[in-house]
Amino acid sequence: MLETFNFRVILEYLPLYGSCLLATLWLSGAGLAGSLAVGCAACALRTSRFRLLSLPAAAYIESIRSTPLLAQLYFLYFGLPSLGVPVTETTVGILALTLNSGAYMAEIIRGGIQSIAPGQIEAAISSGLSYLQRMRAIVLPQAIGITLPPMLGQAIVLVKDSALLSLISLMELTRAGQILTSERFMPAEGFLTSAVFYLLIYYALKTLTVWSRKRLIYLHTG
Amino acid sequence: MWGVYLEQLLQSLPFFLKGLWMTIAVSGLSLVAGTAVGFLWGIVRSSRSGVPKALIGAWVDVIRGTPFLVQIFILFFILPEFGVHLEAFPAAVIALSNLAACFICEIVSAGIESVPHGQREAAVASGLNGYQQLRHVILPQALRVMLPPLVGQYVLLIKDSSVVSAIGVVDVTRVGWLTVQRIPQGILVFGLVGLLYFAICYPLIQLSNSLEKRLGRSSRR
Repeated sequence: MLETFNFRVILEYLPLYGSCLLATLWLSGAGLAGSLAVGCAACALRTSRFRLLSLPAAAYIESIRSTPLLAQLYFLYFGLPSLGVPVTETTVGILALTLNSGAYMAEIIRGGIQSIAPGQIEAAISSGLSYLQRMRAIVLPQAIGITLPPMLGQAIVLVKDSALLSLISLMELTRAGQILTSERFMPAEGFLTSAVFYLLIYYALKTLTVWSRKRLIYLHTG
Repeated sequence: MWGVYLEQLLQSLPFFLKGLWMTIAVSGLSLVAGTAVGFLWGIVRSSRSGVPKALIGAWVDVIRGTPFLVQIFILFFILPEFGVHLEAFPAAVIALSNLAACFICEIVSAGIESVPHGQREAAVASGLNGYQQLRHVILPQALRVMLPPLVGQYVLLIKDSSVVSAIGVVDVTRVGWLTVQRIPQGILVFGLVGLLYFAICYPLIQLSNSLEKRLGRSSRR
């Protein structure tokens, strides 16, 4: 069957795939940046001593983790207009990725901070370091090393999750496959090409993860 | 206005429960098949056999590196070109089982590798054969490490099953999508959809957390 595989059509659609690859990268990149910000904020609130702050943050994190991204995406996509909030598909898409990934980021950051031995913080306090100084000089340098590999893992998940945005008709790699399928009726060419592009991103990020794990061991021993 | 919509939504509750049943059916079947295949692959992957091990490793990478939506489109739209016509439901179960198998394979092989090497050597020295080593020495110990991430994986499986709505399986997400065309209150409709997922997934996440606490934190990292 492979002899009927039409490489010429793929070549013809390559510019479309190129722009869609950029769209996937930009959508998941925006989601990653947003989720880092949301994750830090949610983690800070979650670990707060005040229940008024920690309870809503916990509710946000748990409700995101217990429901599928697709349901969250539709919740925003159909929900925001019904509340009278005018939003574009792109905004909804990035917002959904941000809110979804933000909850997982919050847990990753919390794990990183909690993995630091309490003795170190006690030592820092008794050395007279302020909260900000402790964070900057003791906690964060170690926590970043520990959280980097799972954060890269979350970045991989984000890229794959961005495929769901094609279901609200955003232009990205999966949508490119759908377009080739509907215009030329060539689903094999369309979706396998999308898959190859996703694999390229995956292997790049995976290499980065392996590198960061090695670097992490270096940090621990050096 | 909300009251009217709420009433309409309550009237279509049986429709939602039917969708929920479909979600449970798809993820339940995939859970059983995925666990069986995943264990098999995981055992092969942690063995010394060269070619099957490399093949499984490459396949797991391909599946982990591509979105599930693309996988299910490939299965659903491309197989007919080869003369294999699958209904949406079996296509969904096959794609989801394969996804689960790939992730469970990783959990199983990591679990087996977490068992200290001396255990296997002792089993060999006691004259146990390959199957007996796995069955009586390695797997019982590996299971302690595997159980919490395994339950976590089942939660992911249930959530990923929402994607099969894209090929027309009428699961709870699809029911929400169909209902929102009739009752234009996305917050209400997908709030209910989210609530139904939450009712299944939240207890499982708590179970995974408590298993992890009880069986020791060694499963992390």
